[in-house]
Amino acid sequence: MSAATSPAKPTPSAKPAKPAMPARPGKTAAPAPGRATDADASAATDGRSLLTLLNRYRGLRKLLLLAVAAAVLVPLADARWGSGSWPGALTVGLDEPLGKVSDWIIDNRDSHWVFLYFFGHISNAIVTSVHAVYVVLLALGWAGVTAAATLLAWRVAGVKVAATTLASLAVCGLLDMWVPTMRTLALMAVAVAASVVLGALLGLAGGLSDRMFRVLRPVLDTMQALPAFAYLLPIVLVFGIGVAPAVLATVVYAAPPMARLTALGLRGTDKGVLEAVASLGATGRQRLLTARLPLARRELLLGVNQTIMMALSMAVIASVIGADGLGDRVYQALSTVDVGSALAAGVPIVLLAIVLDRTTAAAGERVGTETQGKGGQRWALVAVVTAAVAVLSRAMGALSWPDGWTVAIAAPVNDAKDWMVDHLYSGVPGIGGTADWAAHYTGWVLDPLRDGLQGLPWWGALLIVAALAWLIGTWRTALTAVLALGAIGVLGRWESSMDTLSQVLAAVAVTLVLGFAIAVGAARSRRTERVLRPVLDVFQTMPQFVYLIPVVALFGVGRAPAAAAAIVYALPAVVRITSQGLRQVNPGAMESARSLGATSGQQLRQVQFPLARPELLLAVNQAVVLVLSVVIIGGLVGGGALGYEVVFGLAQGDLATGLMAGVAIACLGLMLDRVTQPTKARAGKGA
Amino acid sequence: MARKRIITIGAALAGTLGLLAATGCGAADMTKQASPYANAAGAKTVTLSVQSWVGARANTAVAQYLLEHELGYRVDTVQVDEVPAWDALSQGRVDAIMEDWGHPDQEQRYVKDKKTIAPGGDLGVTGHIGWFVPKYFADAHPDVLDWRNLNKYASQLRTGESGGKGQLLDGSPSYVTNDKALVKNLNLDYQVVFAGSEAAQITQIKQFAKKKQPFLTYWYEPQWLFNEVPMVEVKLPKYTDACAEKGTADPETIDCAYPTSSLKKYFNAEFTEKGGKAARFLKNFSWSKKDQNEVSQMIAEDKLPAEEAAKRWVQRHPDVWKAWIP
Repeated sequence: MSAATSPAKPTPSAKPAKPAMPARPGKTAAPAPGRATDADASAATDGRSLLTLLNRYRGLRKLLLLAVAAAVLVPLADARWGSGSWPGALTVGLDEPLGKVSDWIIDNRDSHWVFLYFFGHISNAIVTSVHAVYVVLLALGWAGVTAAATLLAWRVAGVKVAATTLASLAVCGLLDMWVPTMRTLALMAVAVAASVVLGALLGLAGGLSDRMFRVLRPVLDTMQALPAFAYLLPIVLVFGIGVAPAVLATVVYAAPPMARLTALGLRGTDKGVLEAVASLGATGRQRLLTARLPLARRELLLGVNQTIMMALSMAVIASVIGADGLGDRVYQALSTVDVGSALAAGVPIVLLAIVLDRTTAAAGERVGTETQGKGGQRWALVAVVTAAVAVLSRAMGALSWPDGWTVAIAAPVNDAKDWMVDHLYSGVPGIGGTADWAAHYTGWVLDPLRDGLQGLPWWGALLIVAALAWLIGTWRTALTAVLALGAIGVLGRWESSMDTLSQVLAAVAVTLVLGFAIAVGAARSRRTERVLRPVLDVFQTMPQFVYLIPVVALFGVGRAPAAAAAIVYALPAVVRITSQGLRQVNPGAMESARSLGATSGQQLRQVQFPLARPELLLAVNQAVVLVLSVVIIGGLVGGGALGYEVVFGLAQGDLATGLMAGVAIACLGLMLDRVTQPTKARAGKGA
Repeated sequence: MARKRIITIGAALAGTLGLLAATGCGAADMTKQASPYANAAGAKTVTLSVQSWVGARANTAVAQYLLEHELGYRVDTVQVDEVPAWDALSQGRVDAIMEDWGHPDQEQRYVKDKKTIAPGGDLGVTGHIGWFVPKYFADAHPDVLDWRNLNKYASQLRTGESGGKGQLLDGSPSYVTNDKALVKNLNLDYQVVFAGSEAAQITQIKQFAKKKQPFLTYWYEPQWLFNEVPMVEVKLPKYTDACAEKGTADPETIDCAYPTSSLKKYFNAEFTEKGGKAARFLKNFSWSKKDQNEVSQMIAEDKLPAEEAAKRWVQRHPDVWKAWIP
């Protein structure tokens, strides 16, 4: 998936992109050069009228060409394979070979050298490292860990973040989640370190060599587009359950942003600087170490930040294959339908995400502004104080969190949830209850959409996708989109993919309507924005498992709660990107519109929206990607289709079902990305 | 460019070699790796698999409590789906599964062929899967309890998801189910709707019950939810050996009820031999449906932590568990 998801936040000072908060940029933390967006915006203003005219003609030409191609090909296809759903003659059954692969692994993993000498060592190294980190955390005790984290945050990011850190860790302890938090922290530390190293190496290769970059891009695309649930099973087959496979799954998910941003940073080095350095007689390695890497440090730090966020978002999913810690608590709470306990374990995950994000983001901003002199002393202070606190608490025998210092929030939270469900489920005067909404949404929106998509002749779907992708992009993107959709058919997942597609489209539409409405409000008033920010942060980082139960209680089992979960998850990014886009609009343009007597509605429609077009398009793209990434969560609440198939595959150890449905989701993602991603942004990336 | 690539590749190679050097170059048997959190306290550790339903939580909670407090073990629990749990059991990642509802394929592969898993005897509880309707609905319409009359009520059980037919609510994808085949072979005007997880299914059942709406659901006994939402089983065609045989050959042809089976324990084969007291204790572990429900109830409804629930049961029933201690 190409460009720009890490919600670019082109700040007024034209700094490089910084992630808008706990980024979780969805599946595509990809290069989002703030500069490109700015350039687009100004280009759009200059020659807008001319461009639209040209575009219209060019579009017409493309459509005409496509129509001619269709007129020739469609009758042929129709005669040969019929016009219903994807023709059976064009599918390839991979069930049997995949079943054989899984049997082979199970039969050979205790004896074959690949497992003993290669996978075995990887697994060993991971378990050893996690154990080492965990032992250190235990040895520091709760006071030591708190002191170390707070001082570190203070040193790297200043007093405010340090205070946040202190408060967050205290809350983790108060919620009686200290031990699980430490386990998650140990696992995350190893996973993030591995992801950063792997990502940096890949990024280095991709940044220095064009050929590597071309090879790497589809690999990274696949790593990010494939839903995590889909590759849990292959990993479990090879590594069994436990911490090692959990770390590996996390690395697969979290390494791509690091690789992308490293490559982006290296490729973006100013040519002039490089030439200057070369003319001074620097060797290739010197150029890399003294010029390119230092110049790319912002991207590198952003990469670390993104990697941490992605890794944390895997905490709960990894617990499905036996990773201990906070995720496991959330997962166990689900089995007793205990929202309160799930929340108690979910809150520390959110807090960890916020603390780590603020700290690494601040570190990224401070790069280069460092005053060298006192640095050493302050680091020494951090180390000494931590050691002192750790020794002291050990001497007092207070290494584990004190028993009495806990607050039980589970019961009140459950009561609150019950109260909410009782009052919202039905009979809210005027607008009906959530049960009615769910019924209407399913009956009036989802069903017709699904039936329409499934009733579409297969070649019709391909044509529509080709037309949309070509209109917004080039013939290359159109071809990619068509091939992606075709691949779904070939894999024999056509029907369920169309079902999933209908759910995704409907959820995206609702997300965009809500998101744009909220963003308009947020862009108008600073206060609204300030109130909104923490709410968005929480929704973006809260593990979805926590709100599965309330969502089902409100909307009943089916596709409606799946949509609700997806909207809750995708809304923050859309609101954030859109409100940034709107706020960035040149005040001069707004001022002149106002002086011409435009009403605020007119300003919005005729000035703000057109000028913020790149951000709006990015928001659409993000909404699609994020909604698609929670399709599997939807499968857990009755969404059915591809999401359910992936979950089924994992639960039943059925490699073929799970993996193929996962690949189909990835293909849908690829297709939707190409259909919603304008090529302009792509071209500027130097890909 | 070429030179830089060489450097990059060199760096990657060095990294890999470093990793190998750090871990030693001998064979690494993954099955011997314990959880990194396990030995932190330096005690003998037993790892139990907890399945997602509460009854299974009750078994493990009590076993864990007794192992820790009576036998001095450290117990780790892992919650994974059933089939991955079998897989983990065969690799020794997990030492015991305390409640298994029957996985013929896995039994064949691991118990009979590879002999990496050993049967651990009966749990003492009998399990039964079936179709259930809420008691308030059955009281109002007693004839719904025969499958032949189900079609009469299909229109009352319609939902947005069932596409004009009646809704038969199914749960987690990991559970054993023949419902799709049953609906087809018995010519029922119903649509199987998969809730996707037991949490979703329970939430939906509770919500239906609160509104006193009728519903038809796949469910199983023993289950604590019966105490909160009383349900009555719908009689399906009688379970026979002939039907079961037919079903084993081709699951699509099943047209009779689910069997009532006694739930089994399974242990890792090596653990049965070398597990010492823990293995013997777990082998002896056997209790009644009433005992299990008592603990489940405390966990699921009174929202007690599993450990606390186990403790209370242990205090109340020494007569039962004293016999398990080797």
